[in-house]
Amino acid sequence: MYVAVKGGERAIENAHAWLAEERRGDPGIAEMSIAQIRAQLALAVNRVMAEGSLYDPDLAALAIKQARGDLIEAVFLIRAYRTTLPRLGSSCPIETAQMAVIRRISATYKDLPGGQVLGPTFDYTHRLLDFKLAAEGEMPPPPAPTAPASCEDVPHVTAMLNRDGMIQTELRGTATPPDLTRTPMELPANRALRLQAITRGDEGFILSMAYSTQRGYGRTHAFVGELRIGTVAVAMEIAELGFAVDIGAIEVTECETVNQFTGSKTEPPQFTRGYGLVFGQTERKAIAMSLVDRALRWRELGEDFVGAPAQDEEFVLMHADNVQATGFLEHIKLPHYVDFQAELELVRRLRAEALATQEAAE
Amino acid sequence: MSEHSLPQTPRQIWMGLLARAPAARLAELCPDLPPHEVLRAPEVGAVMVEGRIGGTGQPFNLGEMTVTRCALRVGSLVGHAYVQGRDKDHARRAAVLDALLQGDQAARYRRQVLDVLQAEETTARATRAAKAAATKVEFFTLVRGDDQ
Amino acid sequence: MNPAALEGGFTNAAVQSAQAFRAALEAMARPGTLQPITGAAPPAPMSPAAGALLLTLCDSTTPVHLAGAHDCAALRDWVTFHCGAPLVGARDASFALGTWEAPQPVDRFAIGLPDYPDRAATLIVETTALGQTGARLRGPGIQTTAALSLPESAAFQANHALFPLGFDCFFACEGQIAALPRSTIVEAA
Repeated sequence: MYVAVKGGERAIENAHAWLAEERRGDPGIAEMSIAQIRAQLALAVNRVMAEGSLYDPDLAALAIKQARGDLIEAVFLIRAYRTTLPRLGSSCPIETAQMAVIRRISATYKDLPGGQVLGPTFDYTHRLLDFKLAAEGEMPPPPAPTAPASCEDVPHVTAMLNRDGMIQTELRGTATPPDLTRTPMELPANRALRLQAITRGDEGFILSMAYSTQRGYGRTHAFVGELRIGTVAVAMEIAELGFAVDIGAIEVTECETVNQFTGSKTEPPQFTRGYGLVFGQTERKAIAMSLVDRALRWRELGEDFVGAPAQDEEFVLMHADNVQATGFLEHIKLPHYVDFQAELELVRRLRAEALATQEAAE
Repeated sequence: MSEHSLPQTPRQIWMGLLARAPAARLAELCPDLPPHEVLRAPEVGAVMVEGRIGGTGQPFNLGEMTVTRCALRVGSLVGHAYVQGRDKDHARRAAVLDALLQGDQAARYRRQVLDVLQAEETTARATRAAKAAATKVEFFTLVRGDDQ
Repeated sequence: MNPAALEGGFTNAAVQSAQAFRAALEAMARPGTLQPITGAAPPAPMSPAAGALLLTLCDSTTPVHLAGAHDCAALRDWVTFHCGAPLVGARDASFALGTWEAPQPVDRFAIGLPDYPDRAATLIVETTALGQTGARLRGPGIQTTAALSLPESAAFQANHALFPLGFDCFFACEGQIAALPRSTIVEAA
């Protein structure tokens, strides 16, 4: 139960003033610009775009600045902002086979068309702190080396497995997908709705769910068939023109896992797939998403439900959103004075009764 | 229902180019806009971006992106723009150019704006592709010492 | 697309749609009152009031049904350009637009589901005259009784009987609207 409490206005105003001062910090230290955050904290920006579910690097950078680097608070700001935008429509599905890749690796094939492209990765770094970066006036690093490149599209690895029927295929469709930002999520959810919930879900939560499947809670024996990062064009059908045009380009990370499948009553043994697609350069999230997606597919693939959290659609989808979770978690710090008074009364009465019974027995 | 892989009309190509162009660069290339009558004032909104399950399957909603649109008339020519981001000048300028590129001055604007944007986009893309190519792994098999 | 279809939208969408939304809200909250609503100049036969309602309430996620004479090329283009709303048949519509005769029988429109009564259609009914005379209205938002020039009473009584399900109606005439939500009790004059 909630009661309206008055009287905190001045305290709140002063708290906000102090927050603003703390956010800026020591004015003797140069202020950070949005452009600096966007360029130099790009992966934080990507995470806020992915979980805020709105692709706009400048807005995400602004949110990070305003939230003092609290990324969940920044996601909250982005979610709040997006509700003020009119929905102009839906894009054509992006074609990741036509991605301009900056990174593309496969753990299942060494040699494959398009090759293994490492891109700007943390892999193979030694995770040693680089104290040179702590020095003021860092010289920009020299431009990265280049090599002759082909401009051809890089085919998906799963397309190669598809050819001999070794892997379950995903047939092209045109069904209008459900949208959880417009209609409250209803369970059971179809795969399209699950993927929307997971791609905007909290990276830490999705990571832990995926990790739990690897440790045996709903194991699916995943290989990363392919992980790719790059830029894809976004096209939209424009009603007043009667044709589709590119409206921009976005960076995305895509992960496809290839999973063991022993077959079912209707299907011969073949590989199955888990899918991850996330805004920005967000590879941990994309890999985790594909594992969780695969774990949630037990029903359609005729596998057993072993009671693992990652197989439990309600558990995963209802707890993945960090804005929802934060809202419900943090509301318990708000005034509950009346509730608590009622609890206090109850405990006092129970104690009195218990003590009376005890005395009577003695 | 993507039209990506289908051949595009010249208008589809230039509208895409104008949308993907950096707003500041577009303003440099075409600083002065001719008089125009606004039909739909530049409006910032969101477009839901769809992906495909497994890269090839049924569509699903990936998340939204900010988009600004504008429609206007230059003389008798109607120009439209849908451009990524929240820059209203970008949308207005792209819509004006869309109108101009349908008119008798098209060749001039093609040279002054489109050709430059196209070249710069190609260069930027090639630079990234070349950096990526430099990180391509060249496997070579290590021979074990069994057979001498 | 007909060039005329590109004209007649809000010139200052943020302000005008907020004002129009307020008018729509007032009309629904106080059935039987007349509210001025402006800013739209749609092609005939749509009234400026109905145009402002569509611009304010419809977008690509709200399918619109154009009934009777309103289902013409000029209006189809106008709605497509200014609202982006898909044009559909009566059963799939979130909003329907026409004179009272055109969309009959009205039991084709969505009345919502017990879990989601909001998934019901809103009918925008064009009238040639709108006045506070005629059928007697009682119910939420009306202190004692109100009166509104409804095209008939029986259909609205049947609709009210479905409450909490049922469709909701706006009546539009030139630059004014009135509303009849499903919660209102209608008595023939």
